[in-house]
Amino acid sequence: MAKAGTFGDRQARRLVRSRGASTGMRILKYTLSRALALLATVVVGVYLTVLIANMGGHVDEIRRSAIREQAALTLQLNQEARLLSAEERNQILNELIAVEERRLGLDQPFVVRSFRALWQALTLDLGRAYYMTSDSGSRQVRLIILERLAPTLLLFATAELLLFFLSVLIALFLSRRYGSWLDRLIVALAPTSAAPSWFYGVFLILIFAAILRWFPFGGMVQTPPPQGTLPYALSVLKHLVLPASSIVISAIFYSIYSWRTFFLIYSSEDYVEMAKAKGLTSAAIERRYILRPTLPTIITSFALTIISLWTGSIVLERVFNWPGLGQLIYRAIGSFDAPVIVGSVVVYAYLLALTVFVLDIVYAIIDPRVKVGAEGQTS
Amino acid sequence: MNSVLKRWAEIRRYPSAIAGMMIILALVALSVYTVFAIPYRQAIQLWRGGENLWIENPRNAAPAWFNLFPGINLPTTMVIESQGSPERKAALDLDGLKEVRIELPVSFTFDGFPKEISLFLSARYQTADPYITATWITPDGREIVLADQSIKREASIRLSQDTRLERRLRGLSAEIGLFADPNRQGEPVPLKGEYRLVVDALLFAPGDDLDAKLVVYGQLHGLAGTDHRRRDLTIPLLWGAPIALAFGFLAAIGSTLSTMIIAAAGVWWGRWVDALIQRITEVNLILPVLPILIMVGTMYSRSIWVILNVVILLGIFSGGIKTYRAIFLQVKESPYIEAARAYGASSLRIIFRYMIPRVAPILVPQFVALIPSYVFLEATLAVLGLGDPILPTWGKVLDDAYTNGAIYRGYFYWVLLPSALLITTGLGFSMVGFALDRIFNPRLRGL
Repeated sequence: MAKAGTFGDRQARRLVRSRGASTGMRILKYTLSRALALLATVVVGVYLTVLIANMGGHVDEIRRSAIREQAALTLQLNQEARLLSAEERNQILNELIAVEERRLGLDQPFVVRSFRALWQALTLDLGRAYYMTSDSGSRQVRLIILERLAPTLLLFATAELLLFFLSVLIALFLSRRYGSWLDRLIVALAPTSAAPSWFYGVFLILIFAAILRWFPFGGMVQTPPPQGTLPYALSVLKHLVLPASSIVISAIFYSIYSWRTFFLIYSSEDYVEMAKAKGLTSAAIERRYILRPTLPTIITSFALTIISLWTGSIVLERVFNWPGLGQLIYRAIGSFDAPVIVGSVVVYAYLLALTVFVLDIVYAIIDPRVKVGAEGQTS
Repeated sequence: MNSVLKRWAEIRRYPSAIAGMMIILALVALSVYTVFAIPYRQAIQLWRGGENLWIENPRNAAPAWFNLFPGINLPTTMVIESQGSPERKAALDLDGLKEVRIELPVSFTFDGFPKEISLFLSARYQTADPYITATWITPDGREIVLADQSIKREASIRLSQDTRLERRLRGLSAEIGLFADPNRQGEPVPLKGEYRLVVDALLFAPGDDLDAKLVVYGQLHGLAGTDHRRRDLTIPLLWGAPIALAFGFLAAIGSTLSTMIIAAAGVWWGRWVDALIQRITEVNLILPVLPILIMVGTMYSRSIWVILNVVILLGIFSGGIKTYRAIFLQVKESPYIEAARAYGASSLRIIFRYMIPRVAPILVPQFVALIPSYVFLEATLAVLGLGDPILPTWGKVLDDAYTNGAIYRGYFYWVLLPSALLITTGLGFSMVGFALDRIFNPRLRGL
């Protein structure tokens, strides 16, 4: 994913360098073409999700048979209907089914409905869930997702931001102490990131919840929730420690390792040697000669980190019984609730596309190499 | 050949790579051994066969090697039977009737109580049901009647579930009450020594016979312990190795190779082919992989091979395509490609014989590092309840442990053993991958 930015970068340069129009026009043209391409990407991606989430129309069959069953049951429980002949009853049954199918829009073919679902998803009219309800009892997909968004953001924002800043800072520190025992230790520990966060979560639960009893096994707040804001926040914080740590532990060593390597590559450039030879302080070298050129990469990585918050982590949330979006998606898939699945995917797709788009534009504008190229061509 | 030797010399400079290779070799050896020692069909039968197959195993027993730790002396499973040991059986003919006495010695020297205790009887008779009396004789000479009843051909007397016996044992369940020291107050303590179970049977024809089998289920069992369905965990832990390796290797090779071919083709033909590939990749980046796999698992098939194919399909147009594309763009311009074109090589020949072989070594480290992520992907799906329904895998064991509350109930071995195997596999491959990365990637050399 981190490659998306560099690709846009290259394309931007190619576009910006093309002869003819002025720089402003070129950037506008480039912006438009990127926006169109990304929009097309989102449309296709969301349509595929609609198809998959509905099992290519098979979910409709499941819903039809559920309606038939429900209608038959209603008729069976109706005292008056028992007096009718079998033929009449059958007719009433079919009418009931037809009414219900029309109400849910099932009387139209799946192809038509799939395009309608696509349009609704794209206009962020997320519609109603088939079966699931929010905790407050609403069938609105928007409300269901919003309700779960806060816990996911809380957990993943805490963990990912911690992870990001910790690893960049420690990496900078290590790149100065390249070859020290700490540096070697981090490099040696980097392969531990092969295991996903839930795997470390299981261990943390085992040690800190089952054996030491320091932290709870799971959940987001104790039951019953404590009264008052401060006790509530403290309870949430206590529940947050283990899942957030497992996210950080699972990724931190590899993250430090790759940032450190990245910084080392940049600090072996000739201009850095030159700066050293001039006798600049290491802080100045770091700020002006190492962080400056690596800033675009850091920003890209940060932006992608931010949007990755949206999906949460299905397994981690299940292991810690965290009431977030990941669990929601898992339950939605388990109950064939296509609108909820499509709803959560479409928001993610928009966020991703938007971030990539903004990054592309930012690159085209701020990257000095791109600018120099453009000026060189126009002058 | 020479270059391979040179690479090997470089790899040997990394102790972590050597350790990783040892792990991989050990896993491969374990897999080969497993596949021959427990053939596929047998493994599945053992894993799916149900509880009757495992009737002599305790539930949720920890591995037997726990006893090697100092201070731990817990009972392992004991099976004592009369069949095959004629000295344990004595018969007496009483004109027409037959009396059989079976004595089963139980030597109990452990600090803990067993998990369960059951008596299995099998009788061969013509008309009337045999009548049996089972008596438990403790080392200090107490006699406790366990059963006094007529039996059918196969009888299982689950002593631990006998509530009347429990009442006679002062409210202690049979596996505790029968072994408890009567002179100790408070928390029951086992009485060590030689116990005997005596089964007196009255048979109603001279040709009739009876055999008895006493199973004292241990708290510890086998190399890996047992699960909630009495299954020996050795089976899934052993079979997890070949499955994990096969899944990881096939998924990694399938996705890297196909990604590489697609990237090379895109670069070679350029224009709309390239553009199309780029667009598909961008669409694919928006599609969430795990939810799609979960959907496939829930709605279509949970077979590991179907999932494998979907994983490869989703992996083809992954972000990696952009990296490969950048490399191939350089390769395409190199003189030897021009030479190949000059002698009239076809496009396919250039892609497969010139472009891909040139790039392949650079991708070896990535390929090795990808394997553990797929091994863990299988475990992830299993933990979500979407593991293959018939195959025994590490992920399945973790899933069983998780759904049966192993952590809450203190069955730590159940979680730790599959986890240890998973992390060892992961570490093995990723240590080699990291070392290879530093060797093959000149910019990282020496960093």
